[in-house]
Amino acid sequence: MAEYLIYHELGGPSRRFWSLLGLLAVPLALAAIAYFYMEHYGHIVTGMDNQIVWGMPHVFAVFLIIAATGALNIAMAASVFGKAVYRPVAPLSALVSLALLAGGLALVMLDLGRSDRMVVAAMQLNPESLLSRRVIFYDGYMASVGVYMWFLLEPRMNRYVKPVAIVAFLWQLLLITSTGLEFGFNFRAVYDSVLYAPMFIAFSSAYGAAALILILLAACGWEGRDVSGELLRRLKNWLGVSVGASLFFAILFLGTKYELVRSRDVARFLLFDGGVYTALLWLGQIALGGVVPLALLLRSRLSRSGIAAAAAMVLLGGLAQMYVTLIGGQAYPQILFPGMIESSSYFDGEIHPYAPSLVEVLLGLGGVALAASIVAIVLRAIALLPERLDPPAKPQA
Amino acid sequence: MSADANDGLSRRGFLAISAATLGGVMLAPGIRLIEIAGARAPEQSVSRQVRWGLLIDTNKCAPGCDDCVKACATENGLKDTGHPRTDAQWIRKVELKDMRTGRANSVPVMCQHCEHPPCVDVCPTGASFKRADGIVLVDRHICIGCRYCIMACPYKARSIVFEAITDQNPDVPRGNGCAEGCTLCVHRIDRDQQPACVEACTKAGHNAMFFGDLNDPHSEIAQRVAKYASTQIRADFKLNPGVRYQGL
Amino acid sequence: MKTNGTGAFTGRIARAICLLALLLPVLVFASERVPKPVINIDRQGKCVEDSATMRREHPDMLKHQRDLTMHEGIRTRKHSLKECVECHASAKTGSVLGAKGFCQSCHDYASVRIDCFNCHASKPKLASGVKP
Ligand code: SF4
Ligand code: SF4
Repeated sequence: MAEYLIYHELGGPSRRFWSLLGLLAVPLALAAIAYFYMEHYGHIVTGMDNQIVWGMPHVFAVFLIIAATGALNIAMAASVFGKAVYRPVAPLSALVSLALLAGGLALVMLDLGRSDRMVVAAMQLNPESLLSRRVIFYDGYMASVGVYMWFLLEPRMNRYVKPVAIVAFLWQLLLITSTGLEFGFNFRAVYDSVLYAPMFIAFSSAYGAAALILILLAACGWEGRDVSGELLRRLKNWLGVSVGASLFFAILFLGTKYELVRSRDVARFLLFDGGVYTALLWLGQIALGGVVPLALLLRSRLSRSGIAAAAAMVLLGGLAQMYVTLIGGQAYPQILFPGMIESSSYFDGEIHPYAPSLVEVLLGLGGVALAASIVAIVLRAIALLPERLDPPAKPQA
Repeated sequence: MSADANDGLSRRGFLAISAATLGGVMLAPGIRLIEIAGARAPEQSVSRQVRWGLLIDTNKCAPGCDDCVKACATENGLKDTGHPRTDAQWIRKVELKDMRTGRANSVPVMCQHCEHPPCVDVCPTGASFKRADGIVLVDRHICIGCRYCIMACPYKARSIVFEAITDQNPDVPRGNGCAEGCTLCVHRIDRDQQPACVEACTKAGHNAMFFGDLNDPHSEIAQRVAKYASTQIRADFKLNPGVRYQGL
Repeated sequence: MKTNGTGAFTGRIARAICLLALLLPVLVFASERVPKPVINIDRQGKCVEDSATMRREHPDMLKHQRDLTMHEGIRTRKHSLKECVECHASAKTGSVLGAKGFCQSCHDYASVRIDCFNCHASKPKLASGVKP
């Protein structure tokens, strides 16, 4: 099948490309300003406090990182599991994954209390720490996906793609499972569930596929290339299955929380009386990010804009999910003395309020813009998109 | 919460003491067991034989009294900036009321100096660490302010500093962007003094706090935990904190 | 031949640059307009090491001592930052910072950022207003 897999850079007039970059530069510049402002005055200018210590930048960061691991799934389907339909977009899938990861990690770094010491974080690793083990996971992941991409694009290396893909696949599994477990192992009442590991795998598959679909449609729309109906249909179904699985795990998670007496109060908080978190859970995560796109995706004939709309909804719902998980998880009080009513000058026993400040939102959007810019620039510079995306589907695929 | 009287001095702790005692007696009659006696030469490292701890007698701790909290603020230079939500709190008084019986309690809560501290497990740089004598600290020289330790601590014992700080106590450096928490007044312990909160509580005549070496069977704290029922906060997490509570 | 010529040429440039680099401090010190660090030492007596050693090695000493203190509880005074501040705080401002402060004036001159006093007190205990 290599015959019609001739890759090309993103074409189009350069004026148009530069205006695209100019457009992306706006959120990037705003994020830079936000960062220096935060760095100068300290985190006092954010909406965070000593009860909600991870705010909006982390919502975006974790979201991007989760989406990043999922975006690779399409490439893995092609190279590890031999699904030939996805082969043309495998390099794009790997690129989107790396770009999203870069955006997310940049946010984590820029939101440090001492971001001037970023180098310390990279150099002086505590081998015992879950987080720094993750730094190693990230490095391994990026390296293996990089090698995988190179082998894909270099015809002479093509025959070694599979083993490299398997390595990348294992790193991917490690990364997403550890991300999920980090929540699951936390002592906070909202977390504390091993379901986080499979749930995050489902989330990542949905967000990653949604991001990939949007970027694919955008890149093809850019030059008026045609995408084969078969590929789109498969991607659409993929997204549908992932969204379905996400919904299933979310319901299982909330249901078990509610059923277990020891966590019923937390479940009640999330499901019924958590205010903004309850609203975001039902309207954002479940409706906008789950039920509505699922209903759309289940239709057998769905227009391109329909697919794009579903993907966009999944991403927005994912952000809502991340907000509920991260901020809601911190807002719910930590229980030091079960069975007792607690109160203190440190806000024990209270639901903690949080309102993201503008700087945090700007920084977070900057992470998204960074990922988008990386994709745009790399697509323009390196031949990653197949010349034709509308080959007839292979019968065995 | 069930009171589990005997896991303060873990079996391991006991074995360590007896091993140390035997070793001291048999192998090196010249070397005194200074680690256990507490006094340490200035150029000598802290000892693994010691496990510093606190015992809080909640029956003696009065609701509304915050002598310990004030003493901590003075000692460690924690100032009220007018933003209570972002201010660091190393020790706080938690007022409790049992939902079923209505019994009220008031307890000081600070870093519990866990034997298996989750804050240390998650710290990406190794800035969060446990000293050989069981005191859990933040090495601000390498802390990057990621706040992971705050997320991981089940006792809300860690804070992060949100603004630039000036006029610190020379013994207690603290600054913007770094995580911090109760140090058990490590600078005072290192010169054989008690933590400021304990000193204040005793001075005011409440006698609700005891500080000492849990591993030294002759210390007052070890004898008390051996004699009276005491418990740890969220003992179900199995972190074996060095801070114990009596009368909860 | 061509390569040889280029080699000689680059060699000459490199030598010129080296010479300039060596001369630079001399030129700077010769010039009156460049501000020099103010090294006011109010307290009499000797430092813990001789001046040359202190100038060159104080960062390493401080770093070594900080790890001992932090991790092993060793609080000997000789190489501790607290002692530096005790001795070198200005009689006027009570601090080692400020344009003419012992630490800051030199660090400004060398344009090396001091990270210490983000967290550490820049004044000795009594002068800082904290109750002894
Ligand atoms: S109480 Fe919290 S900060 Fe203190 S040692 Fe335990 S986990 Fe760490
Ligand atoms: S905030 Fe500092 S001490 Fe806490 S985990 Fe991060 S680097 Fe470690």
